[in-house]
Amino acid sequence: MQFIKPGININFIGRRKIAFAFSLVMILITIATLIYHGGLKLGIDFAGGTVIQIKFDSPVSIADIKSALATMNIRISSVQEFGAAEENEYLIRADSSVSTGNQLPLKIEQAMQQATSQKAQIRRVDMVGPQIGKDLREKALLAMFFSLLFITIYISGRFELKWMLSGVMAGALMLAVYVLTIFEVSIPFLMTAALFVTLVLFWFLELRYAMGAIVALIHDVAITVGIFSLFGKEFTLPIIAALLTIIGYSLNDTIIVFDRIRENLRKHHKQKLDFILNKSINETLGRTILTSMTTLIVLITLFVLGGGIIHDFAFAMIIGVLIGTYSSIFVASPILLAWQNRKK
Amino acid sequence: MKTLSWRPISVLVVILTALIFVLPTLRPGTWPHKKINLGLDLQGGMHLILEVDTDKAVEDTIDRIAQELRTSLRKERVRVVGIDRVEKNRIAVRLQGEENIAQFNKLLDADFEDLRIADTSEAEGIETIKLDLPDEETEHIKRLAAEQALETIRNRIDQFGVSEPDIRNQGKKRILIQLPGIKDTKRAKELIGKTALLEFKLVDEAGDISAALKGSLAPGTQLLYQIKEDPATNRTVKTPYLVKKRALLTGAYLTDAKVQIDSQYNEPYVSIEFDKKGGRIFSQITEQNVKKRLAIVLDSKIYSAPVIQEKISGGSARITGNFSTDEAHDLAIVLRAGALPAPVEIIEERTVGPSLGADSIKKGLVSMCFGGIFVILFMVIYYKGSGIIADVALILNILLIAGGLAAFQATLTLPGIAGIILTIGMAVDANVLIFERIREEMTLGKTPRAAVDAGYSRATLTILDANVTTLIAALVLFQFGTGAVRGFAVTLSLGVLASLFTALILSRSIFDYFLISRKVKTISI
Repeated sequence: MQFIKPGININFIGRRKIAFAFSLVMILITIATLIYHGGLKLGIDFAGGTVIQIKFDSPVSIADIKSALATMNIRISSVQEFGAAEENEYLIRADSSVSTGNQLPLKIEQAMQQATSQKAQIRRVDMVGPQIGKDLREKALLAMFFSLLFITIYISGRFELKWMLSGVMAGALMLAVYVLTIFEVSIPFLMTAALFVTLVLFWFLELRYAMGAIVALIHDVAITVGIFSLFGKEFTLPIIAALLTIIGYSLNDTIIVFDRIRENLRKHHKQKLDFILNKSINETLGRTILTSMTTLIVLITLFVLGGGIIHDFAFAMIIGVLIGTYSSIFVASPILLAWQNRKK
Repeated sequence: MKTLSWRPISVLVVILTALIFVLPTLRPGTWPHKKINLGLDLQGGMHLILEVDTDKAVEDTIDRIAQELRTSLRKERVRVVGIDRVEKNRIAVRLQGEENIAQFNKLLDADFEDLRIADTSEAEGIETIKLDLPDEETEHIKRLAAEQALETIRNRIDQFGVSEPDIRNQGKKRILIQLPGIKDTKRAKELIGKTALLEFKLVDEAGDISAALKGSLAPGTQLLYQIKEDPATNRTVKTPYLVKKRALLTGAYLTDAKVQIDSQYNEPYVSIEFDKKGGRIFSQITEQNVKKRLAIVLDSKIYSAPVIQEKISGGSARITGNFSTDEAHDLAIVLRAGALPAPVEIIEERTVGPSLGADSIKKGLVSMCFGGIFVILFMVIYYKGSGIIADVALILNILLIAGGLAAFQATLTLPGIAGIILTIGMAVDANVLIFERIREEMTLGKTPRAAVDAGYSRATLTILDANVTTLIAALVLFQFGTGAVRGFAVTLSLGVLASLFTALILSRSIFDYFLISRKVKTISI
């Protein structure tokens, strides 16, 4: 069986303007939704606070839970259903200002049992203090930044044999970031600045493959974050894990196309670059679609069967895989053309 | 006859090794290696991060030094206007007159050489000298406090009886505690978080308690409360006591604490034993204060304030206070293990009930089975015979991940299971790359054997390149991640390594077996 016939020749590169427009719209939507929601919706891992997962024997309405807690004078910020509907599970969240005392779970359990006159079982308690939240926030950003940086060194080294150049550059960036964190410069600001500097450096040092890869990665992560925010989902530690995996996965796709480009450049060195790019994308298309499909299959099983805790993780990964597949075809490779146009 | 090549042999060795490591998990007791570690989110339990208030330890030390300074100044008959702790960790000594200043400086050089003179100033004829500890000493006190806190907490948990607890320092002043399978989390938290500073203080019966309640405290006294809960009405009663600030005796002299049952009221109490010196102090106190009330104070809460009937010289005492048996038991533990050198605060808690853990495992396994079956079917439909080879590789892949987890004693968490499932989807990628190459080579008209050779040799580098990047992301995640997320990084890395092995070496051996040994002329792909 074959989805993609061997001689296929779709003009991807010719349609790059449409793709760029699509990507631009997606990124604008991301920015718009982030502004609308006032930034990312942070889970307690990053914002601090307490989440309690509670299970009842029979369904209870969210309004009842809220009013029961209100009459007991327990201040909470939200109640939501969790997992499959027939499991009667709810998440009760309180801000860190409320949850400093550690009697909260107990109080909630008592309040629930009184109000609903059925057994309420506390299944999970997560309490994160504000200090830990801040630490985790910084760690998450640093992790994203460093993985991007290491990956670009690897790509520059493997595809353009510029190990030294990219290594020195990355080393300098890391040192700068390290020194500035000692002086307690705000980490989000620092990461944005560092990323911007990286992009400018790539452009002038003509590290094309690395530039293509990193632009595609930023594109993927940004849009995933945007869609996640659009659906009003919370950012937690597992979601950061998902984003990092998306970085790795999307690059996987990109590298396979790049690899074919490198091979075809040697084979058909007389041809124009856009012809070679198109040929390479078409030749790897079967594989790109197939792998994305198997990955999507398992992610959808996880999304459906994996339970509440894994649900959002799988959701982020599904978006990431779709966007990552798209970007390795429509974003990463066309960027290689940018230098060609500049030289004309 | 061709000699055996290295590939099938290495495949056999790796699979056997993985099997040996996985066996104890499937059938415990087969051979003495540990099972795969399950994370707290899968087996249930509590994860805590405590922060030790090390600044408080420094302040306490400063307080103690200030007290010593006061005593020796009195002994040397140096007159001071005042000695106080200011700006958290400085001692401000106010002196008047040349002679006093000179004497004070002499004393400082002779007996308190560790103190650093931070600042001197003069106003209206009063000289204020501010003293503090050198930075090195401060750091030392903080480090010591964190270490002692860890030791004390470990002691308490050991005595409480939790199987395989994990307690370690994290950074300068944090303590990470993992208690698998613990059920009564409230009790455990109280046991861990209690400072357990036991003090014996005299009740100031001459003092005016109503004035004290309004906020005017006589110097050297303090207001403490006894909190009693009436089990019948569920009401708490707070009784105020005016006590002398200075503790006559502390828990530092304890040698033992035991739960005993009062034969008269059938109520549990904690009996404590002092060491020789403590016993002597205790008999002195009781001798000098017969008919007065002695408050037994734990963490600034009065447990009881009995009237001393007579001199007690046996070196033992009892703490009563309406305990339940569990409370008395836990109190005995914290008293035996000693007080924390500084208060601790729980800054992160993650508790998972055992039923949720079991559910998570079940859901994880179900998704793994379904995901696996879908991918296996898909590969067979798409690649026919070769698809079966990829499927064999896939199944062995999972075995290798399990073997890796057991061999490295890594911890399997719920995100870790997600990592394995994700690997199932991604692991076939290497085989897909190879198979697509083989198909391309075959359309160019190569023989099956040549096509397989070319397919593998061309795809190998691509596969390596593509997987290294996932590995980089996973390693960074491992470095920065904590707990459950780290488990994901582990299985993802193991999955990448395993899929490299199964695709490049294992599936190749299977192809070779059919094409070379069995001399099969066509391949189904």
